[in-house]
Amino acid sequence: MNALRRNVLKSAAGASAVAVAVAAGLLKPTQAMAAWNKAAFEAKNVGDAMKGIGATSPADSKDITIKAPDIAENGAVVPVEVTSGIAGTSRIAILAEKNAQPLVGTFDLTGGAQGFISTRIKMGQTSLVRAVVNAGGKTYTAAKEVKVTIGGCGG
Amino acid sequence: MAEPMRIRATMAGDVADVKVLMNHPMETGTRKDAKTGQLVPAHFITEVDATINGTPVLNAEIGGAVSKNPYLGFKVKGAKAGDKVVVNWVDNKGDKNSAEATIG
Amino acid sequence: MKQQIIMKLLTGVAGLGIALGAVSAHASPEKDRQELIKYYTTKFPNVKLEDYVYGALAFDADSKAQYEAIMEFPPFESQVEAGRKMWETPFKNGKTYASCLPNGGKQIAGNYPMFDEARGKVVTLHDVINSCRTANGEEAFKVDDMKTMGVLTAYMRTLSDGMLMNVKVEGPKATAAYEDGKKTFYSRKGQLNFACATCHVQNGGNYLRSELISPVIGHAVHWPVFRGGDNLVTLQQRYQGCFTQVRQVPPPQGGETMNNLEYFHSALSNGLPLKASVFRK
Repeated sequence: MNALRRNVLKSAAGASAVAVAVAAGLLKPTQAMAAWNKAAFEAKNVGDAMKGIGATSPADSKDITIKAPDIAENGAVVPVEVTSGIAGTSRIAILAEKNAQPLVGTFDLTGGAQGFISTRIKMGQTSLVRAVVNAGGKTYTAAKEVKVTIGGCGG
Repeated sequence: MAEPMRIRATMAGDVADVKVLMNHPMETGTRKDAKTGQLVPAHFITEVDATINGTPVLNAEIGGAVSKNPYLGFKVKGAKAGDKVVVNWVDNKGDKNSAEATIG
Repeated sequence: MKQQIIMKLLTGVAGLGIALGAVSAHASPEKDRQELIKYYTTKFPNVKLEDYVYGALAFDADSKAQYEAIMEFPPFESQVEAGRKMWETPFKNGKTYASCLPNGGKQIAGNYPMFDEARGKVVTLHDVINSCRTANGEEAFKVDDMKTMGVLTAYMRTLSDGMLMNVKVEGPKATAAYEDGKKTFYSRKGQLNFACATCHVQNGGNYLRSELISPVIGHAVHWPVFRGGDNLVTLQQRYQGCFTQVRQVPPPQGGETMNNLEYFHSALSNGLPLKASVFRK
């Protein structure tokens, strides 16, 4: 991640400073977006996406719980909740392994934020939904299969 | 231009439960418009940041695989009722949105 | 002739073990409703009657959990908000919808459709909204326009959340309209030759390929829906979808056939609470 940006965010003013700076033209929108991990988000397979987020061989962990449906009602809006019981969780990443671009998002947690992220994701087909957790300098992972069907009766 | 995002922040014991609903089409750039057959250009939120009383708590990078009108829920220990939550997002076109709420 | 068609279909349905003695072509709407409730609660003893408002979701915990997760903070909230703005914006003459609807538009949706004796036909909530509009110098909305009538009722119907469905069928003309709706519901149609009842009476709670079919009891209380979290569909819009799915050219929304169908269909959900603007797949 862009070191300058990380330091700005760590300052007391936090993210508000970034927003003000963007508004003032000091930090151009493209610069703010330049920190976005393009390589990882545009990776076309889960291996490259994992490499892109610096998780080359995460250890399987039973302390990561993924709450997601067995069969998605609608692949466009699949509720996914990741809870990490691993002490010192500093980041949760979510991937949908069979999506054309598997990385869904990375969530850095600071300032008392717990190992918990809840969101809704798009899935192109039945696939493992994978969570990767960074804690104490190491990476951990767990996955859950979510089936996606092509429904017929929705009208 | 973008519609306001909604934030709900409540205390559960000593943990603040924050829920955010953003308004955004989250187009991946790979969807074809049903009427024109043309690809709808990529237009999605790339970053979401949140602070509580100025302290950064969440810095997320997301892509088009997050559902339209993105929902994010997170929890912060040590926050208190009355604390101010501020959430900002930026998208791939440079559009941005900001909202704040008081933890109830 | 019509009675023969209904009796044939009902006999066929009876062959599946449904006690349809009371559901003849001349039964009262309340008897129809009670027979169907008895059929379903006997077939699915573990599903509470109050859960029928969730349709197919009442039969599958995994689906229901997704519904609850999404309903906690629905992605379509801004569309409902847009409806609220429409509802609260006065007409050009300064009057509002609240000023010309019964009870200010609150807790009334369960009374519709209703039979208007003076006009000799069924009127729906959309008709009443349009009457309000035209009485105040505004153009009526097209009832099949999701962007106007759909969005407005996505908010307006929430003012009736919790109200029990309360469709009244009294007098010979109202009964005839009810029976017309019932005929539409029970008649086979389209290239697939299915009646509404084929799926939603005979096969409610059963799977059709990967789809769990919703029972007719509880159907009419939860509209409009937001399919996939953002695609607004009103009840008659869904009727058109069903007609199309059995390969039948759908009748126009707001016409006599569809209004009578909605009249019959809604009466079957009498006594169940309304909830507008909900998520469906």
